[in-house]
Amino acid sequence: MVIGSPALMHAQPRDASADHRHGPDAPDAAMPAQASIKAQVKDFSFYYGQFQAVKNVSMTIREHKVTALIGPSGCGKTTLLRCFNRMHDLYPNTRYAGEIRLLPDGFNIVDRRVNPIEMRMRISMVFQKPNPFPKSIFENVAYGLRLRGVSSRSELAGRVEHALRGAALWEEVKDRLKKPGFDLSGGQQQRLCIARALAVDPEMILFDEPTSALDPIATAKIEELVHELKGRVTILIVTHNMQQAARVSDETAFMYLGELIEMDRTSKIFQNPSKQLTEQYITGHFG
Amino acid sequence: MDIERIIRRRRRNDVLFALTGATITAAVLLVLGALAFTLVREGVSRLDLDFLRSYPSRRAERAGLLPAWVGSLLVMLVTGLTGIPLGIAAGVYLEEYTRKGWFASIIELNITNLAGVPSIVYGLMALGLFVYRFHLGPSVIAAGLTLALLVLPIVIVATRETLKSIPQNMREAAYALGATRWQVVRHHLLPYSAGGISTGVIIAMSRAIGETAPLIAIGAVAFVAFLPPVPYSADAFAVAREWAGSEQLSVVEAAVYPGVAWLGTSFTVVPIQMFNWISRPGDDFRANVAAAGIVLIVATIGLNAVAILIRHRMRRRIKW
Amino acid sequence: MSQDASNAAGRGSRLARADGSLGARGLLSVMIERGIEFGLLLAALASVAVTLGIVFVLVRESAPFFAHVSLGEFLFGTEWTPLFSDPKYGIGPLLSGTFVTTTIALCVAMPAGTIVAIWLSEYAPHRIREMVKPVLELISAVPTVVFGYFALTVVTPMLQSVLARINVDLPTFNMLGPGIVMGIMIVPYVSSLSEDAMRAVPMLLREGSYALGAGRLTTALRVVFPAALSGIGAAYTLAMSRAVGETMIVAIAAGQKPTLTANPLESAATVTAYIVQVAGGDVPHGSIGYQSIFAAGLALFVVTLGFNLVGAALRRRFRQAY
Repeated sequence: MVIGSPALMHAQPRDASADHRHGPDAPDAAMPAQASIKAQVKDFSFYYGQFQAVKNVSMTIREHKVTALIGPSGCGKTTLLRCFNRMHDLYPNTRYAGEIRLLPDGFNIVDRRVNPIEMRMRISMVFQKPNPFPKSIFENVAYGLRLRGVSSRSELAGRVEHALRGAALWEEVKDRLKKPGFDLSGGQQQRLCIARALAVDPEMILFDEPTSALDPIATAKIEELVHELKGRVTILIVTHNMQQAARVSDETAFMYLGELIEMDRTSKIFQNPSKQLTEQYITGHFG
Repeated sequence: MDIERIIRRRRRNDVLFALTGATITAAVLLVLGALAFTLVREGVSRLDLDFLRSYPSRRAERAGLLPAWVGSLLVMLVTGLTGIPLGIAAGVYLEEYTRKGWFASIIELNITNLAGVPSIVYGLMALGLFVYRFHLGPSVIAAGLTLALLVLPIVIVATRETLKSIPQNMREAAYALGATRWQVVRHHLLPYSAGGISTGVIIAMSRAIGETAPLIAIGAVAFVAFLPPVPYSADAFAVAREWAGSEQLSVVEAAVYPGVAWLGTSFTVVPIQMFNWISRPGDDFRANVAAAGIVLIVATIGLNAVAILIRHRMRRRIKW
Repeated sequence: MSQDASNAAGRGSRLARADGSLGARGLLSVMIERGIEFGLLLAALASVAVTLGIVFVLVRESAPFFAHVSLGEFLFGTEWTPLFSDPKYGIGPLLSGTFVTTTIALCVAMPAGTIVAIWLSEYAPHRIREMVKPVLELISAVPTVVFGYFALTVVTPMLQSVLARINVDLPTFNMLGPGIVMGIMIVPYVSSLSEDAMRAVPMLLREGSYALGAGRLTTALRVVFPAALSGIGAAYTLAMSRAVGETMIVAIAAGQKPTLTANPLESAATVTAYIVQVAGGDVPHGSIGYQSIFAAGLALFVVTLGFNLVGAALRRRFRQAY
C-alpha cells in the first residue's frame, strides 16, 4: 500500500466557508433541506485492476444521519464503503477515479495526494466480523487514542469509559477492563469494536454489515446503538438485510452491478421507489 | 472373485502395513534412544564439574571443556544479536511491505535456496569474506556472523509463516483507526507473532550451537588454552593496545576496544572440541567426546523442547 | 455548523493542517516511516547479499585454481591429490565418495521416510501422531558431529561384527556406516515434508476412493500418494541436497583418503570431508590447496543449487495444485 507515498498532500480544498454556506448542488432536490451535508460523492468509480467495481456513482451523505447502502451481493456496496477510508490502498492494483469530498473542509478523500492515514483518523470503521485486537478490553478502546498521541492515564480512562458507555457496553465490562477482548461474546465483541471506533470521536463511522455474524438479539442491540449514535455522528452502513436498512437508516441508496440505481429517504425507497429495479429488489424478486 | 476373500486379503494388507509403519517409526526413534544411551554410558562418568572447568590437555582425563562452552556461548551471543534482528526485519519486510511481483519472487526463491545451501559452503564464504577480505581473522565475531547468515533463512521463514497466520482483519482494524504501516507492525503484528517467531528463533539457535563444519572452515582452533578477555579487564586492555598499535590509547580507543576485545580473539566451540577429540588416534578421548556430546545434546534438545512447548501452548491459546 | 467546524479542527492531533499540507509532526512521522521501511528493505536485501557473497567468494577464490587446472582435468580426472608433490586435480574420487554415501543415505531415508509419512498421515491415531512428530523432529536437531561419533563408535562396529560372519572385512573408516546414519538423520526431513503434502490432499479424494470400496492401503498408495507426488518429490530432492552437503558425519566416519570407488565397504573422502580436512589443517592463504577447497565448494554449491531449485519448483507445483 502507499503509506506515505502520496503523503504530502497538495489537494486544493474548496473554499470551505463557501461550501457550507451555499452547499454543493444536491443531486436530488427532494432531499430534506434542514440536514447539512457531510460528504459529497461525485462521478466516483473504483477499479480492481481492469474491473470497474463502482461505476460513476454520485451521492450525498447527510450529516448526523444514517445512510444505508443496499443491493445484492457483488453490487459494489462494500467496495464503495471501503473507499471512504481508503481501505483499498492496502491492496495492489486498485484505483479510484472521481471524487468523494468530505465537508466542511472539502478534502477529496480518494485523491492519491491525500494521506489515507489522515482520512482514517477522521473516519472510523466497524467490520463485518467482530475483530477486537488480542489485547485487553481497555487497550482495544484506547488504541485509537494512543495513536493520536493521548497518553495521560486519566484522559485515556475517561475517554475509554465514555466510548464504552456510548457503545452500551460499559455496564457489562466495567469490572473486567483488563480482561482480553476475545473473552467477550460475539455481540459484545462487536460493541467493543464500535466503542473502539467511537473513542476517537470520528466525524463519520462506516459500518460494513456489522451484524452479519451475530445472532438476532445481539443484532437488535447493535441496531439500537446505531440509532442512538446518529445525531452525534454521520453513519454510513452497508447491509444486505433490507429490514435492517428500513429500521435504522434515514436514507437508503440502492446499488446494482456497481451502479447507484436510486437514492432517497428510506421511507420513500421502501414504500414508493421510483425505479422498477429497486422495487424488484425490495420485494424480493432477486438478490 | 469372491468378495469375502478380497476383503480378507485387504484387511491383512492393512494390518501388515500398519505394523510395518509402526515398526519403522519405532526403529527410527530407537536410534535416537540408542544414541542417547551410548552417550550416557560412555560419557557420564567423565561429566563432572572439573570437566566443565578445565582447559584442554594432552591427557584425556585432565582435558576439559571450559574454553569450548564459553566459546559456544559467546559465538551464540554474536549470532543472536545479529542474525535474529536481521532475520525478523527481513521477514517483516517480505511479508508486510512488498507487493507480489518479480522482486518478491526472486527473494523468495533466493531464501528457499539459501536454506538448502550446505553449511560448509557458508564456511567457505566466511573464510574468503570475513576472515581474509574483512581481516576479522578466525575470531569470535567472524564465527558469530557466519552462523548468523546460516540461520538467517530459518528466522526469515519462521517470521513470515507466523505473520501469514495473523488474520487480515487484525491489520484492517488497526489501519482503519489510522495506524501507519510501522505502527501496525510494532503494535500488533510483532506482539501477536512473538510466540511463533521465538519458536523459529530458538530452533535456529539450536541449529547454530551444533554447527561444526563452517567454523572449521573459517579456521577455529581446537586447542585453546585461554578464555576471551573479560571486557575492560587487564587482558582486554592488552588486546586494545595491540589493536591500537601503541601503548597510549586515545579516549575513544580506551572506551571501545577493551569492551569488544573478546570479539577479536580466537576461539573454539563444543562441537569443534568434540571433532578434535574424536579425530585423535586411539580410544583415550572417547569418553571426553561422549561427555561433550551430552553437553551439546542437552543444549540443542533442550532448546527444541522449549520451542515445541511454546508452539503447543500458543496453539491452545490463540484462536483467531 | 460553525460549531461543528471548530469541533472538527480541535479533534485530537491531526496530521494535516487545514490547507492540506502536513504539519511538522506529520512530516516527522512520514520520515520515520520511510526510514524504517528502508531499514527493513536493507535487511531483506541482506539475504540476496549472502547469495551474491557465496557466489562471489567461490568464483573469485577458485579462479586461480581453474587458471592452473583445466576444467576437463577437474571434471574427468580420476585422481585427487592437490597436496602431493605430484598433484592431480580430478574431482572424480571426491564425487564418487559423495555419490556413494548419498546413495546409501537415500536408500535408507526415502523408503523409511515415505512409509513413516504414510503411516503418520493415514494410519496413526491422532494422539500418537501428535506425540511422534515432535520426537522425530528432535532427530534433525541432533548436531551432526554427534551423529558422526555414533557412526564411528556404534554403527560401524555393529556392521563389522555382522559382516564378519559372512567373512567380509569392514575397515574402521567406511562409507556404509556413515551413509546409514546420514539416512536416519534425513528420515524426519522426508517424513515431515511428505506428510504435510499428503495431509494437504483434500479429504474429498479419499472419500471418493473409499466410496468405490477401496481399502485404506489402496487409497493411500493409489490415490493419496500420487496426488501428493510433487510434494513428496520436493521432499526427496531436498533430502538429496541435504545428503550431498552433509559434512561432519562423513568427515568423522568415512575416512579422508580420496578414492575412486563405488564400493560402500571402502573408505573414501567426500567433497565436504575434503574441505573440512584441508580447512582444518594449516593450509596457507593463496596456496593451491587453499584454492582447491573453493573449487570443491563451487562444485558442491552448483550441485545442491540444482537440487534446491528442482525441489522449490516441485513444491510450488504442489502448492498450486491444492
